[in-house]
Parts: sequence; structure tokens; C-alpha cells
Amino acid sequence: MAEAEDLRTLGEKLRRWESTTLKEALASMPERRREFVTTSSRPVRRLYTPLDLAGKPYAERLGNPGEFPFTRGIHPTMYRGRLWTMRMFAGYGSAEDTNRRFKYLIGHGETGLSVAFDMPTLYGYDTDDPEAVGEFGTCGVAVSSLDDMRILFRGIDVGSISTSMTINGPANAIWAMYLAMAESKGVAWTRLRGTIQNDILKEYQAQKEWLYPPEPSMRLVVDTFEFGSKHVPQWNTISISGYHIREAGATAAQELAFTLANGFEYVRWGIDRGLRVDDFAPRLSFFFNAHNDLFEEVAKYRAARRIWAREIRDAFGAKNPRSWLLRFHTQTAGVSLTAQQPEVNIVRTTVQGLAAVLGGTQSLHTNSYDEAYQVPHEKAVRLALRTQQILAHESGVANTVDPLGGSYHLEWLTDQLEEDAYRYFDRIQELGGVIASIRKGFFQQEIANSAYRYQREIEDKERTIVGVNDFLVDEQPEVEPLRITEASLRAQLERLKRIRRRRDAKKHAKALDRLRKACEGDENTMPFILDAVRAQATLGETCDVMREVFGLWEEPLLY
Amino acid sequence: MAKKIRVLIAKPGLDGHDRGAKVIARALRDAGMEVIYTGLRQMPEDIVEAAVQEDVDAVGLSCLSGAHMTLFPEVVKLLRRRKAGDIVVVGGGIIPEEDIPKLKKAGIKGVFGPGTPLEEIVAFFREEAKGR
Repeated sequence: MAEAEDLRTLGEKLRRWESTTLKEALASMPERRREFVTTSSRPVRRLYTPLDLAGKPYAERLGNPGEFPFTRGIHPTMYRGRLWTMRMFAGYGSAEDTNRRFKYLIGHGETGLSVAFDMPTLYGYDTDDPEAVGEFGTCGVAVSSLDDMRILFRGIDVGSISTSMTINGPANAIWAMYLAMAESKGVAWTRLRGTIQNDILKEYQAQKEWLYPPEPSMRLVVDTFEFGSKHVPQWNTISISGYHIREAGATAAQELAFTLANGFEYVRWGIDRGLRVDDFAPRLSFFFNAHNDLFEEVAKYRAARRIWAREIRDAFGAKNPRSWLLRFHTQTAGVSLTAQQPEVNIVRTTVQGLAAVLGGTQSLHTNSYDEAYQVPHEKAVRLALRTQQILAHESGVANTVDPLGGSYHLEWLTDQLEEDAYRYFDRIQELGGVIASIRKGFFQQEIANSAYRYQREIEDKERTIVGVNDFLVDEQPEVEPLRITEASLRAQLERLKRIRRRRDAKKHAKALDRLRKACEGDENTMPFILDAVRAQATLGETCDVMREVFGLWEEPLLY
Repeated sequence: MAKKIRVLIAKPGLDGHDRGAKVIARALRDAGMEVIYTGLRQMPEDIVEAAVQEDVDAVGLSCLSGAHMTLFPEVVKLLRRRKAGDIVVVGGGIIPEEDIPKLKKAGIKGVFGPGTPLEEIVAFFREEAKGR
């Protein structure tokens, strides 16, 4: 037992160090704080050593990259083979406005598209709906019809570039528009690559853009799994998202635990439908936040890969190694951006982007420095993209696989986050599962508590945020404003009017009627949504049919 | 004993970002005020109805979608129409600097952007709502 012997010697040496070298150092200079904590308020010790990893065999906990449990990454060569996809979340105003932005980003070297929709679109309303007043194009692009979708991708080869769409409640209708758009360009669905977010569970928990109650929403999600596995085999039919959970205030452990719990819930629903886990699990993808605390974030991604691989193989019986892979997109933390001294956000974003890369992300969005104010202007977006290009080509971190692997601190943190996640899985199970926990407000309260604690820590100066509660300057921030033009809104309203006037009314009514019947029954709804979209039904009209059949959702009120 | 200040915290419009609204609600409650939270996606009419029904001293509006220029003044207008123009209206969220004077002119008493200390917001509510 050479290892046990080594560890005993190490323990003795450590104790001696504590009583001599360390003691003297502390006597001459005490530490800056009584307790050091991560961004998630987790206490961090002074030093980590092999003793913290004792009894945890390398092969079982880490393994080699590209092999179970994938702690060190899903590819054997990681970024030596192919860099992550640089995918900037973009959208504002009309489809024309955003199409211009897409081309600008592609022109500057981005390698994948990511669509931000405006609030009415996210809620399944057309631009001319009374609910949409004042909201056109402010947080993303308005897509009310197949025509809008066609304009959005005009001059872009959707057969070669991959597209991610942040859309949840109405994901099926928006996806149908994308598929119909590709159809009209003559691009076969089998060539399409991309992602619809389609993660409704985190909407009830954190992001709060839901349309219908949980059960029918879950049915619609599984409809897309089933449809995608048959007809659009390279498409990720869901991006199970911790990002918004974190943005709403969760800790890293809560983000990890709730996201994976949601992932398992989708798998259960898929299996209950009668799908084989290996037929849809390879198309499940994930989306995480990259917050300020570098090591905690890297540990989170590594823990996520390990837990997912283990559970999907052992608890759900997946045999295909592709099902075991937790593939994920990362976005730097919007919530960490400050309105004060906004240029400093470039530095924050760099550290966060670095965490994502050190954690083995498959794609990355880096926020622009002006996003505490608005949808970013062109120059700010270009700087954010340049940040990724520096990480990729200048920093050297992409040259070796999992460069932080083996750090005593990182491996300890990875194990801790994993343990926390399993404690949450048990809690959720005790409460009756994910949907029951949503109804009881469990996630919502946990997140609100963490958000409040974080704010209090800033307020009480236990936590320093540069430019906000320390290192202040007395100057007006310089941010170039980006305004959505009235002309864009008028053109969008005009287009909608024209569509409603010119479409084949009979065909349109029939398609919506057939969709209604499908929703009332238990057929897969995707083919009917596609037909409605092809018959020029607008997003609002399509979702209204489903709202009428499925009803609405009222969330438990708490704070 | 002085009467407790009653505050309605409301989310007008469509955006689901309720982190800020909930943190403010809790901070005001911890400061001894009575807080009613409307939840998300409230039309200005709903907010005004709740404010009048609950007889609040102040309304805090939170909007992060950029629709504040349409929604905030509408709440003030409808409150005045209901003869409840003395209810103090305060706004917060992602609000460009240049919009603040316009919102104040439209009757929004205070406008608070990201990074404002909670203490400052609590003090503002206490000061402005006590006179009602």
C-alpha cells in the first residue's frame, strides 16, 4: 500500500507545516478575511492537497477525455481537433435588422448563429397583439410569421451554418417555421444543424416565459424529440438550460442540480412516450452560465458531465456512448455585468469565457460590455467576439485537454458540487419530482433566497463588486445607444396585415382546425404545426389554438 | 405607532426577469413595510386596479425588456384617472439615462438602474410614501 503510506507521510508533513511555517506566517501577517467564499458563498479552505482526493481513483472519477465518465471532456483531443463554436446571441428589431447583424457577425469570424427573439415572440404573440405593445424588437427580433423567418435567414446558407434559437413556450411553432424556411430554400432537413432551447421546465423555475401548464407543455416537448429523431436527425431538440436559473439568482450548485434534474425529467417523459432512450438522448444538449468564480465554474461543468454520463447509463440504461455525452453551450453571466464603468465588463467577460473554455464547452457566447443597458451595439459585440478569438488563438489554453485537471482545489470542488447536486436530487424526489416541486414553488423559493443573500452580501460589503460597491468613479458611463426604429415596427405591422389579407383563408382555417384536433387528441403535433405554418398561420394564431386547448399557467406567488 | 407603509411591487409588460423585483420586495419587507407582489405580466390596468384595491402608498414597477417608456407612464395616467394620483410611482430596470428625465416628467417619482444600493431604494420609498 504505497499510496496509503505516502498519504500518511503527507499528512504528517502537513501538520508539521501548519504548526511551524504556516503559524509563523499567520503571526506576522493575518489573512485578509476570516472566511473566503466562492461566488456561490461556498467556503474555500486555504490549501488543497492530495489528501483531499484520497480514495478517489483517477480512472473512476476522471478517466481519459472522450471516455466515460467524460469528466475531462467529451472529445479525446478537445480543442486541438476543433475549437468551440463562437456563437453570439443576437437579435433586435425586425427580421431585416437582425439579418444584417447576423451577416456582420459572420463577416467578423463567428462560426454559428444564435437567435434572440423579442418578448412577444417568446410568449407566442404576434407583433400586432395588444399584449405586445411597447415590446417590439427591444430584447430580440420579432418573428410572427414564416415570411419573417425567411427574411431573417435571407442570404445565409442554413445547410452549412448551425443555428441556435432561444425559444421555449412556442419552440415547436418557431422550429416549424425554420424547417419550412429551409424547405423553401431547397435545403433537406437531414442537413440542418442547430438547436431549439425548448426547455420549458426552467421557464417555470426561473425564466418565466411559459405559455401553457407543465403537463401539456411536456407533451409538446416530447413531440419535438420524436419528430426530430425521425426527420431532423442532426438537430438538438432541446437545450436544457441552467443559464437562466443562475441568472435568476441560483448558486452554482443549484444551477447544476436543477438543470440535471430537469434533464432526467425530460428523459423520463421520453421513455414514458415509448421512445428508446438511445433514440433521443444523443440529441439532448445543455446550456450553462459562466459566472465570476473561475474554479467554481470549471468544477461545475466537469461535475455536470460526470453526473450525466453516470445517470443516463446506469439509471436510464442508455447503451449508445453518444447518449452519455453532456454537450453544452455556455454564455457569460449577464447578471454580472455592471452599469457602472461598463468597459470593465470586458474584463469580467474574459475571465468568465476562460472558465467556459477550461471547462470544455462546445460553444460560447461572450456578453458585450454595454448589455447592462441594452441590446449591444455593433462595436461592443465585435469586442466580445474578439475576446473569444484571443482565448482561442493567443492564450494557449486550447492547446491541451482539460488543463486544470488534477488541480487539488478543482478536483475537490468538482466532488463537492457533485455531492450537493445529489442532495438536491433527493430533495426534489421527496417533494414528488420536478413538476410537483414547481407547483410547490420549491425551485423558485430556493433561487429567490440565493438572489437575496447575494444582494445582501454586496450591500454589506462582504462581497466586492468593482465599480458598484468599491473602486467607484464619478463619471457618466459612455454607452452608444441602440434604438429600435419606428420604421421597423411599421414595416412589421404592414407585413402582418399583408399576410393575413393575401393568404388562402380556407387552407389557413383548415390547418388550424386540424391542429386543434391533434392537440385535443394524442397524436404528435409537429406535422400539424408545420402545416399551419405552411398555410401562413402566424405564430400568435398557432399558439392561440394551443392556449385554447391547453389553458394557461398561473405561478405560485412568492418572493 | 406610525402606520406601516404599503407598497405594491409589480412587473408590467412581458418580461420574466423577476430577480430584481423580488429582491426589492424582500428588502422593503425587511425594512418594515407591507409588500404586495403582483407577479409577472401585469397590464397597467391590472396594476392600477390592485393598487387601488389594496390602498397602497406606493407602487414599484420593474421592467427589463425596454418597454418602460410605454408602460410606466401608462400606470401613472391610469392612477390619476382613478383619482389615485397621490400614490407614489417608482420605476426600476434596464433604463437608459436619457429616458429618466422623460419618465420623471411623466410622473414617475424615482427611477433606479442596475447596481443601485438597496438602502437607497428603501430610503426613497420611506421618504416619498410617508406623506400620503
